[in-house]
Amino acid sequence: MIALSDFLILGALLFSLSVAGIFINRKNIIILLMCIELMLLAVNLNFVAFSHFSGDMAGQVFVFFILTVAAAEAAIGLAILVVLFRNMKTINVSELDNLKG
Amino acid sequence: MMTQSLLLTIALAPLLGSIIAGLLGKQVGKVGAHRVAIAGVGISFALSVWVLKLVAIDGESYNQQVYQWLQAGSLSLEVGFMVDALTAMMMVVVTFVSLMVHIYTIGYMHDDEGYARFFSYISLFTFSMLMLVMANNFMQLFFGWEAVGLVSYLLIGFWYKKPTAIYANLKAFLVNRVGDFGFLLGIAGVLMYAGSLDYVEVFAQAPTIAGQTMSIFSGYDWSVMSVICILLFIGAMGKSAQVPLHVWLPDSMEGPTPISALIHAATMVTAGIFMVTRMSPMFEFSETALSFVLVIGAITALFMGFLGLIQNDIKRVVAYSTLSQLGYMTVALGASAYAAGVFHLMTHAFFKALLFLGAGSVIIAMHHEQDIRKMGGLKKYMPITYWTGLIGSLALIGFPGFAGFFSKDSIIEAVHASDIAGSGFAYFSVVIGVFITALYSFRLFFMVFHGKERFDTHGGHAPHESPAVVTVPLILLAIPSVIAGFLIGNMVFGDFFGSSIFVLPQHDVLAHHAENYHGIMGFVWHGLQALPFWLAISGVATAYYLYMMKPDIPARLQQRFQLLYRVLENKYGFDDFNQKVFAGGSRFIGQMLWRVGDRVIIDGAVVNGTARMVGLASRLMRHVQSGYLYHYAFAMILGVLLLLTFFVA
Repeated sequence: MIALSDFLILGALLFSLSVAGIFINRKNIIILLMCIELMLLAVNLNFVAFSHFSGDMAGQVFVFFILTVAAAEAAIGLAILVVLFRNMKTINVSELDNLKG
Repeated sequence: MMTQSLLLTIALAPLLGSIIAGLLGKQVGKVGAHRVAIAGVGISFALSVWVLKLVAIDGESYNQQVYQWLQAGSLSLEVGFMVDALTAMMMVVVTFVSLMVHIYTIGYMHDDEGYARFFSYISLFTFSMLMLVMANNFMQLFFGWEAVGLVSYLLIGFWYKKPTAIYANLKAFLVNRVGDFGFLLGIAGVLMYAGSLDYVEVFAQAPTIAGQTMSIFSGYDWSVMSVICILLFIGAMGKSAQVPLHVWLPDSMEGPTPISALIHAATMVTAGIFMVTRMSPMFEFSETALSFVLVIGAITALFMGFLGLIQNDIKRVVAYSTLSQLGYMTVALGASAYAAGVFHLMTHAFFKALLFLGAGSVIIAMHHEQDIRKMGGLKKYMPITYWTGLIGSLALIGFPGFAGFFSKDSIIEAVHASDIAGSGFAYFSVVIGVFITALYSFRLFFMVFHGKERFDTHGGHAPHESPAVVTVPLILLAIPSVIAGFLIGNMVFGDFFGSSIFVLPQHDVLAHHAENYHGIMGFVWHGLQALPFWLAISGVATAYYLYMMKPDIPARLQQRFQLLYRVLENKYGFDDFNQKVFAGGSRFIGQMLWRVGDRVIIDGAVVNGTARMVGLASRLMRHVQSGYLYHYAFAMILGVLLLLTFFVA
């Protein structure tokens, strides 16, 4: 029998993995987007696990919504990425420092 | 019956005239403006005469609140009228001279662009002056006091395109402010110690206040009454142009001549004299204040007279004689001869207004030339001005029988009888002053009306007599200049003023003379044998000798006594002193405040300093903004961790 804690540990691992991905990765902005997506999935996993173990289906319904929204978000993110590439001729994260004060 | 509506009409009729002439000047036109202004003042004059009759003959008096302006705690500020003999006399003098000046102005100002404005101002002045003299409390007195000051400012600068006029009106305003500051402090003192601003209540408490002392600097005790009275008198010094606050009056001659006659000779400048007389129940309890008044008056009477000797501007000579005569009135106040002071105020109002308006008539004929060295021989061209001018001059020098003789002689006699500190000097000053007055008055008179014709005829046009609107007021003013003196029996030695003037028995210098007074003829006869008469005669003779027979002597004297002449020409250096020390000092302080306070502290430290601090902080903070996404993400994670440890753990 898989316990709730196992799910939570897996979620935490995925989350940490994606956080590490965000600030260790200095190369490609696509990887960054993927990490964000992974982070979202880790959170969704927690949702589903809690929903299952507490017997309330509302959590799983929520996950559907989140995934839908996340898909739309990813589409927009990728679109911005394309525009960014057109303007800057690069998607290298270390070179994108236009916000520097 | 004296009713509230009667008194309100007297005060408000000129105000209404002023508003119509001032605000609707374009609509009513020139004629409309002067008609409405003259009607307002005319009504006031007629009703004032009626009030005088009620007071003097029927023995009525009035003292009531008309309107409560505001109430703050126990302090109540009111508008109220107090009419007794003193007030009634002042009302008649003010409205009479004002009416004459209004009529005269039709002739004097008829080409001026600001015709309606001028009428508006002088009517406003009449209203203000009436409010001043009719007040029954210190607050309304102060209102009138400031209002006449304002109108005086407006009228001195009436020709506002003339730089000297602007300078003069600013000077008048600033110098008066110094006096008004003292006056205001005096009123504050009255309120502090008497707890009321109402005349009757304050005067009732005067004897108790007189005993008290206050310590302004620790260790020295000052008599409260002396402090209050001297402060009030400082206000009078500003308004009535006593040394050292006299400097504004000669410069005020930059204004049109009618207002020199009305405001700067006959009425406004006598406000100080009126005020001190009104406050006689307080001044009587302070010998110190009386001595101060006496000495200041004596200095003014004597030294301002000297300055009249060397002036060449027709109006300035008359202005210095006004200063000197105001000094006489002040001397009378200091000697507790209030009745004589006010009597001189009245006669002086008539003959000085006459002299000024006469000077104005001459100025019209001379096409606005005011230098008496460019006049002369006008007698045959301007007979009415000549004769009225002669009457005015004789009244001024105190020729027996004329108004000035009675008032001036009673002042001299009163000072002679007085024994308060400084009366010896004051007696000397007023007696010498008689000679000086005669000398400069007739110097002016001879140089203008007699001798060679030194004027420029402007292409053959001989000067001619002024129109009737100018000469009729001259004649009407000449009449009281002769006969007003005959009232001496009632006003100075009688009990006309009754309870409106209060004199302590030990100060009552006039009572002694009243016993010896046996009718007008006796007074004249006595005057003919006294020293002042012979001094006046010798003054006239000297003037005739110096300026008619040997006109080269004055020039030689001027050469011989260069230093003295220089001192007189610089008016004893008062102007230079004020210019350098007060004006220069204020400018220096202003510059310092601007350089240090404004530019260094406010601009430098506060305004720009704040901006610089923000700039410095952000210059440090900008290094945090690297622009790299992973730095921001790291910061976010760090923040989340911190919040988690804070809230969860």
